[in-house]
Amino acid sequence: MWVKVEPRQEASRRVIYATPVLAVGLTVLSGYFLFLFLGLAPAKTLYHFLISPTLTFYGWSELCVKAGPLVLIASGLAIGFRANVWNIGAEGQLTLGAVGAGGVALAFWGESGLWILPLMCLAGILGGMLYAAIPAFLKTRYEVSEILTSLMLTYVATLALGILVYGPWRDPMGFNFPQTRMFSDSALLPLILDGTRMHLGILVTLAVAVAAWMMMARTVIGFQIKVVGLAPAAARFAGFSRNRTVWFSLLLSGGLAGLAGTFEIAGPIGQLVPHLTPGYGFTAIIVAFLGRLHPLGIIASGFLMAISYNGGEIAQVEDRLPQAATGVFQGMLLFYLLACDFLSRYRIRLAATRREASPS
Amino acid sequence: MDEEQRAPRLALRDISKRFQSVVANDHISFSVAPGQVHALLGENGAGKSTLVKIIYGVLQADEGQILWDGRPVTIDSPHQARGQGIGMVFQHFSLFEAMTVLENIALGIDNAPDLKELADRIVTVSRKYGLPLDPSREIHTLSVGERQRVEIVRCLLQNPKLLIMDEPTSVLTPQEVERLFVTLRQLSDEGCSILYISHKLQEIKDLCHHATVLRGGRVVGECDPAVETARGMAQLMIGSELKQLVRRAGSVSAEPRLIVENLTVPSTLAFGIDLKGISFEVGAGEIFGIAGVAGNGQNELTQALAGETTLHRPSTIRLDGKAIGHLGAEQRRMHGLCSVPEERSGHASVPEMSLAANTLLTARNRLGLARQGFIQPTEAQDYAQRVIDEFAVKAAGPSANAATLSGGNLQKFIVGREVLQSPEVLIIAQPTWGVDAGAAATIHQALFKLAQNGTAIVVVSQDLDELLVVTDRLAVINLGTLSPSIATAEASVEQIGLLMGGLHGMEGEAADRGSSKHVG
Repeated sequence: MWVKVEPRQEASRRVIYATPVLAVGLTVLSGYFLFLFLGLAPAKTLYHFLISPTLTFYGWSELCVKAGPLVLIASGLAIGFRANVWNIGAEGQLTLGAVGAGGVALAFWGESGLWILPLMCLAGILGGMLYAAIPAFLKTRYEVSEILTSLMLTYVATLALGILVYGPWRDPMGFNFPQTRMFSDSALLPLILDGTRMHLGILVTLAVAVAAWMMMARTVIGFQIKVVGLAPAAARFAGFSRNRTVWFSLLLSGGLAGLAGTFEIAGPIGQLVPHLTPGYGFTAIIVAFLGRLHPLGIIASGFLMAISYNGGEIAQVEDRLPQAATGVFQGMLLFYLLACDFLSRYRIRLAATRREASPS
Repeated sequence: MDEEQRAPRLALRDISKRFQSVVANDHISFSVAPGQVHALLGENGAGKSTLVKIIYGVLQADEGQILWDGRPVTIDSPHQARGQGIGMVFQHFSLFEAMTVLENIALGIDNAPDLKELADRIVTVSRKYGLPLDPSREIHTLSVGERQRVEIVRCLLQNPKLLIMDEPTSVLTPQEVERLFVTLRQLSDEGCSILYISHKLQEIKDLCHHATVLRGGRVVGECDPAVETARGMAQLMIGSELKQLVRRAGSVSAEPRLIVENLTVPSTLAFGIDLKGISFEVGAGEIFGIAGVAGNGQNELTQALAGETTLHRPSTIRLDGKAIGHLGAEQRRMHGLCSVPEERSGHASVPEMSLAANTLLTARNRLGLARQGFIQPTEAQDYAQRVIDEFAVKAAGPSANAATLSGGNLQKFIVGREVLQSPEVLIIAQPTWGVDAGAAATIHQALFKLAQNGTAIVVVSQDLDELLVVTDRLAVINLGTLSPSIATAEASVEQIGLLMGGLHGMEGEAADRGSSKHVG
């Protein structure tokens, strides 16, 4: 017996959009058995995990706070993924963006002015772009896989942030805690709804998602990205430079990740700390794929992932669910999504071996 | 003998095969006698390939019966087919470039003996059939004709009773074709049946004892090619009267529009071809042909002309006096140089995108289908529709994905997309490769009309017949160098054939002559 993988006849559009739903279903089903295995009441835990975060208005506002950075990063990543540029290091670019923006906030600490926030955003975007420029340079100049370089640079970024907040940028009045001062008000994003933590960055994110959609659907650069991803030879024929596309997608996704980092420290966090996010940069990869690399899909999947974060916290409190369960959930979701995608395009056949002695 | 006549080597009874809604084979029946060279004749898409894949066990028929020496058999796999004594030489070779002839053959045959014995057998078989082969040569050092020999010898080592050859001459020089026919006739004399797939009528007349003509998945006729005229067979194959090409009254301007001077490009690929000192000129209204056996630098040359490869010295390529050698593809297009690469799908077009989107690849700036970085969807749709209408492209409309078009229709669309931009210079590679006769006529006619309006056209093709019909002048590319050009009217097939064999064939040529004497 051997396993044969053969392509199916064309997968229909309906199948392409059905796979995320199927993947979510399978994840929930597996979660049920996982909770059962952990000795919890599965139905109750699932309820806390998936439903509770959506029951109150405040719950929804918190989902927006979590979904915001995911959608912002995923919008950028999705554009690169369309061009077969695999930026896996958004977490690192987010971190460097936060360092850039945080540096501005600290440099003008105690001062006030409307120009501080825009300057922070600019510094954040530049930080993310510069950090993404490293894999772009290595890829276009030496053909080094951006998957490896962008991923590994993430760990460098986290350590660099560590050096700053444990060292020169540590809050002098902070009882030696590894964190910077709380930013002044001028360096914090205004809230858009009282009583919630929803900040201006969420509106900007929404605008970015729409702009990304426009870009992919209507502009030559969006077309170029798609052609480079689908048919590199046709892109060369059309006069689209692959290298320029690599630079563009990495700088764009890096810049948006940096902006997301800025929004985090100027929004919910309010200072620089050693660990800025629960892995938004990585989760955004799942968000991008679950959303079919489409801006609207990304918004929906961003909320789903936000539920898994907030629901994970609720279930931790209510059911003593281990913290790792959120990661397991997200991992399962990506796994099932990739599996469903694969199986919608290929079928696996078991075939009896007919080969006799193979030539030696 | 009588007994053999009663039981044909291979008989097909009502073979049918469907792919979803498409009927590829519709109740096909015919039989092949022992020792018979049987032609399977038909246009692309007539169902020839599907049928031979069924015979060779790659595909299974939905209905019908295969009789082998009079007994019904089921052939589930190529392995089983080979066990019955069926060998097949595919149009596209499956050889590992970096391995030797011996290693490739050892990998490809069932129950291979040890390598030393196999090497001896390869030499014996190749001598016997006039197919000289050195088992220790690495594949990448072989010409296409020699590679085909490897495939044929691989089949012959298994003593086949039926040899299937899928378009074997499309990659050969005229001399190589002659040599192949000697081998095939010898096999036939020894009682081996040959199923010979082709759409080249003259070859079939020269070689085959019997012809079965397929059209639209059905047998539409059988004939004796020795008796039937080529025209008669063509009409059976196409199912309608052949369109006569209208050649323009030749008015080639003496003023060259395109000048290529000492074009030298080292290859970037491991087994690629370096272009060495290529020079030629094409006048306004002239169609210039570049002949040659596949893999002699045609792709490299097309890419260098189109601007996919840019050159250091701008004056290497001049268009109406402007030096454009340093410019990329889109900039050259803006100067009036359009091109059609050989590979339709994935190079000339993006299969997953609509026809309208595919117009953007080359016409976005020339025709203003995109302005200030924004795509103009209506304009792109309209242009795609215009190409569809003027070139009679069978497609569901401008929104249909390129992948849904048949090869011939996609080619018409791609050629139309460039031709309707009325370029100053058009570089076109393999304009009618694998395209049915109707589409080929449309494309040739379009090239004539374009030339008439003053475009300088370069046609790179492996199909010598096509070049002889279409071009005013032609030259031959061999191992990255271009021969001096000859006026097509004065060129003979032999002369061009020898140039196609070129320096590259020298060693093989000498060896071949020795052994063909030995054989015949």
